[in-house]
Amino acid sequence: MAKDYLLEKRKFVIGGIAVFIVLTYILRLLVLQVMTDDYKKNADSNAFLKKTQYPSRGAIYDRNGKLLVFNQPAYDITIVPNEITQLDTTDLCKTLNITPAFFLKRMLDIRDRKQNPGYSKYTHQVFMTQLSAAECGVFQEKLFRFPGFYIQRRTIRQYTYNVAAHALGDIGEVSMRDIEEDDYYVRGDYIGKQGVEKSYEKYLRGEKGVEILLRDAHGRIQGHYKNGIYDKVPIPGKDITLSLDVELQTLGEKLMHGKMGSIVAIEPETGEILCFVSAPSYDPMAMVGRQRGKNHLELEKDPLKPLFNRPLMAAYPPGSTFKTAQGMIFLQEGIVNENTTFPCYHGFVVPGLRVGCHAHPSPIPFMPALSTSCNSYFCWGLYRMIDNKKYGSSAKALTVWKDHMVSMGFGYKLGVDLPGEKRGLIPNAQFYDKIYGKGRWGGLRIIHTSIGQGEILLTPVQMANLAATIANRGHFITPHIVKKIQHDQLDSLYRFPRYTTISPQYYDLVVKGMRGAVVGTAYGATCRGANLPDIEVCGKTGTAQNKGKDHSIFMGFAPMNKPKIAIAVYVENAGFGATWAVPIASVLMEKYLKGTLSPERMKTVDEISNTNLIQYGFKEY
Amino acid sequence: MASRSISLWKSIDWVAIIIYLLLITCGWFSVCGASYDYGNPDFLDFSTRAGKQLVWIVCSFGIGFVLLMLEDKLFDMFSYFIYIGMLLLLLVTIFIAPDVKGSRSWLQLGPVSLQPAEFAKFATALALAKYMNSYSFSINKLRHFVGLLAIIMVPMILIIMQRETGSALVYLAFFLVLYREGMSGTVLFLGLCAVLYFIIGIRFSELFIAETPTPLGEFVVLCLILLFTASMLWVYQRKWLLVRNILGVSVLTLGLSFLVSEYVYEFNLVWILWALCIGAACYLFYLYLSQRFLSYALIGLFTITSIGFLYSCDYVFNKVLEPHQQIRIKVVLGMEEDLSGAGYNVNQSKIAIGSGGLTGKGFLNGTQTKLKYVPEQDTDFIFCTVGEEQGFVGASIVLLLFLILILRLIALSERQHGTFGRVYGYSVVSIFLFHLFINIGMVLGLTPVIGIPLPFFSYGGSSLWGFSILLFIFLRIDAGRSRR
Repeated sequence: MAKDYLLEKRKFVIGGIAVFIVLTYILRLLVLQVMTDDYKKNADSNAFLKKTQYPSRGAIYDRNGKLLVFNQPAYDITIVPNEITQLDTTDLCKTLNITPAFFLKRMLDIRDRKQNPGYSKYTHQVFMTQLSAAECGVFQEKLFRFPGFYIQRRTIRQYTYNVAAHALGDIGEVSMRDIEEDDYYVRGDYIGKQGVEKSYEKYLRGEKGVEILLRDAHGRIQGHYKNGIYDKVPIPGKDITLSLDVELQTLGEKLMHGKMGSIVAIEPETGEILCFVSAPSYDPMAMVGRQRGKNHLELEKDPLKPLFNRPLMAAYPPGSTFKTAQGMIFLQEGIVNENTTFPCYHGFVVPGLRVGCHAHPSPIPFMPALSTSCNSYFCWGLYRMIDNKKYGSSAKALTVWKDHMVSMGFGYKLGVDLPGEKRGLIPNAQFYDKIYGKGRWGGLRIIHTSIGQGEILLTPVQMANLAATIANRGHFITPHIVKKIQHDQLDSLYRFPRYTTISPQYYDLVVKGMRGAVVGTAYGATCRGANLPDIEVCGKTGTAQNKGKDHSIFMGFAPMNKPKIAIAVYVENAGFGATWAVPIASVLMEKYLKGTLSPERMKTVDEISNTNLIQYGFKEY
Repeated sequence: MASRSISLWKSIDWVAIIIYLLLITCGWFSVCGASYDYGNPDFLDFSTRAGKQLVWIVCSFGIGFVLLMLEDKLFDMFSYFIYIGMLLLLLVTIFIAPDVKGSRSWLQLGPVSLQPAEFAKFATALALAKYMNSYSFSINKLRHFVGLLAIIMVPMILIIMQRETGSALVYLAFFLVLYREGMSGTVLFLGLCAVLYFIIGIRFSELFIAETPTPLGEFVVLCLILLFTASMLWVYQRKWLLVRNILGVSVLTLGLSFLVSEYVYEFNLVWILWALCIGAACYLFYLYLSQRFLSYALIGLFTITSIGFLYSCDYVFNKVLEPHQQIRIKVVLGMEEDLSGAGYNVNQSKIAIGSGGLTGKGFLNGTQTKLKYVPEQDTDFIFCTVGEEQGFVGASIVLLLFLILILRLIALSERQHGTFGRVYGYSVVSIFLFHLFINIGMVLGLTPVIGIPLPFFSYGGSSLWGFSILLFIFLRIDAGRSRR
């Protein structure tokens, strides 16, 4: 049969169709495989189930090894939205004991990318947190009915003592900011929110592990990806030993019951904080579990501000306790010496200015002036220093003064290992220039500074640190609340001493003055109440004037030689230092040094504990 | 005997055989990848799919060898017997085959099950070749053309009765053979028009041109109808004046109405197009009546039918098709994303292929196919495995191998001295091309999901043997061409 050459040309049409199809498909492959990587990401979320393995959080002990904080299992319910099919909402709500409205809101919140930026319908999303074992048990039995719902075992914090809430802090769900700042965290993780839980978060949290599982189209797990070579075992958090003595802490909180203020006790030799009371306080258990939000809000609204961490954050005028620091500067600067006397006729009186003082013999030398807390003496001292010609100007004199103060740990954050520390206030020359005008102020203008009033502000920790520095005769180790981290070392800040600019010999004079205040001198004494029969206590009271009733303050240490404890007690609006702060400090020092209290002393404790000073103080405002 | 063997081995087309072997090897590795079981990673275990496929492959080599050993005249001689036998087998299958997911196409023969539909292809191709090779055959004779249609349609109908619509559609590929053998290209053109109208009409039916009341789909299709009418006039009558008249009037009228619609009174431009199309058709009928050229009437008829088709498409799509069929079409046209239903397969298959990247994840390292995200991954969606594990490079190579095979087969067909060989060769070409087009198209999300296998790749003895027989008969015929 003859070939039809016209028709033979049609082979090009047919071949052309084949070429066209294949080229189109290759182009399509290029687009799918090379031009975008959307499909790759999609594939990974399809096939890999990254299952987070949560480490156990480190436990917290007190200095004597008593367990303070530990973990307890709790259960989170997570969902993988993509896997939820034919959900019986009514049954679910009944099982979980939630309302349908709550269910709907949670589902919306989870999908809301503003609240939940990590949302993906292929991965686990936290639906409910911190169910108890009992609640979860009911759900576990019915879990098969709710495809896409999972139970994730977590741990929550438990406390053996209901004290030291401010020191221990708490953990809570990470905030949006936490997630942004540290990509270790994902929504639903817990993070330390306050206290040691926050400042030692990195040690306590450990390291999350991950299991990379292969998941098939039916959601069945087909084993570990590459036999688990990419899996990571969670590393448990490190245990932490606090320097707190839980018995002392409990006693301190008991004494501060019904009062506002704080107690900070430090071991002078090491800078370890033994007692850290912020009153009023709260039960740390209130910050655990699903009620945390509600409880937190309640505490936040409380006018007494129980959440306010007073030892670190409250800046108070230090009152007469500050005379110790002032006196040492005068001695160091040669403004006064041991034997310098100043007159005091019921106060420091110059034309147009009068700072009152109580009745005591006059003139008075340095040590008795400190013991009896003579206002006049220190007014004279400051006046003589600030207006001294040798510095050139008041401003220069104040700068010298300020530098000494800063070396003692005032005016700046000490660096305590707890979050939220405030720096207090030590005024410098610029500060007064701003108020009075440059060069238009002198010693008399700022005379109240000398007795710890006026602009001076100290935090209770700074005050306790002053006591510790005096006890150490001139140096301190930055106060810290963590004594030991498991398999790790403390920051060098908490291991090496910092020396002040004052010579130790002047500290000895101050120590003697403080001892005199306790045991009494010919010129009088202010805190005889702090005296203990067989312990050499040194102390200094303070009574800080303020808007309401005076704050009652005591700062001291014991024993005088080889001191074991330095303490600062601050009771807001409670009156004279000797009235409340002195007995509180005395009981605490006795308890710490002797280990027990006599029944007699226990009675004092109960008396103090049962006195409510808040109502009275509050009316004053 | 010896000399015959030598000449046979010499005259066999080794290019086609080598490509065949390459494709089958790639295919087996893909089946290994796709059916990989974490619990039983042994490919040579005959209880696994990879193991079984190896058996089918070895068998098809045997079949191929036997076919090459046969006398080539046998195919010519027995083609009708084979065809009729196969029709009977198809018929019997409908009644005795067990119901597998609604389909009655599998014959159980002891441990193996066979799908006769896969073997009916080569039988139909043989019958077609034989029929067209017959003396005095002319494709332009209506009687002969009806005969051809019958040869194609009977197995097609039987397979539809087995509820294997996908396999039945493959027989449409034979129209490409008819085209090569002289069927008017107009038929293919009309088919193409129908597909175009349908796709554009449905795809853009809900869109409107820039805030006017003119629906985009209808507008474009009606413009196309006018354009096609004009170009048919050009192709069949070479009357430039007519083309100019129709196009000129249309463009002018449309432009004016557009301005009116934009600035004076907004109205639906489709009405204008309607008027233009009907005007053009009337003009053509007038020309037919005055000049007595049948083409004018036919072209006018084309215009009217096209309009009718457009609106019946709409009707069929919305009223006749079942919702799940509508969804399948909508998914392919990208109008709807139904990732849990009809779109699931295609979406997962695109994910699998897309995740392969340029060079792929490597043999057995594909996660999507191995974890069974892609349904039918070792049969209809086998190309996913290639895409995921071998990447763009591997997938392109496979596509190019197919292209080379098809082009080679076209060349072989053209060198046949007789119509029999040529028709059979083009049948093979058309069937491969159709499978390639639909199968890979659906894996890539370009064509609707029609369940037909990818030659030499998809798991399954029947399809592999069917394609091998189809190919080797042609290679045997081709090897014997010189003695004619």
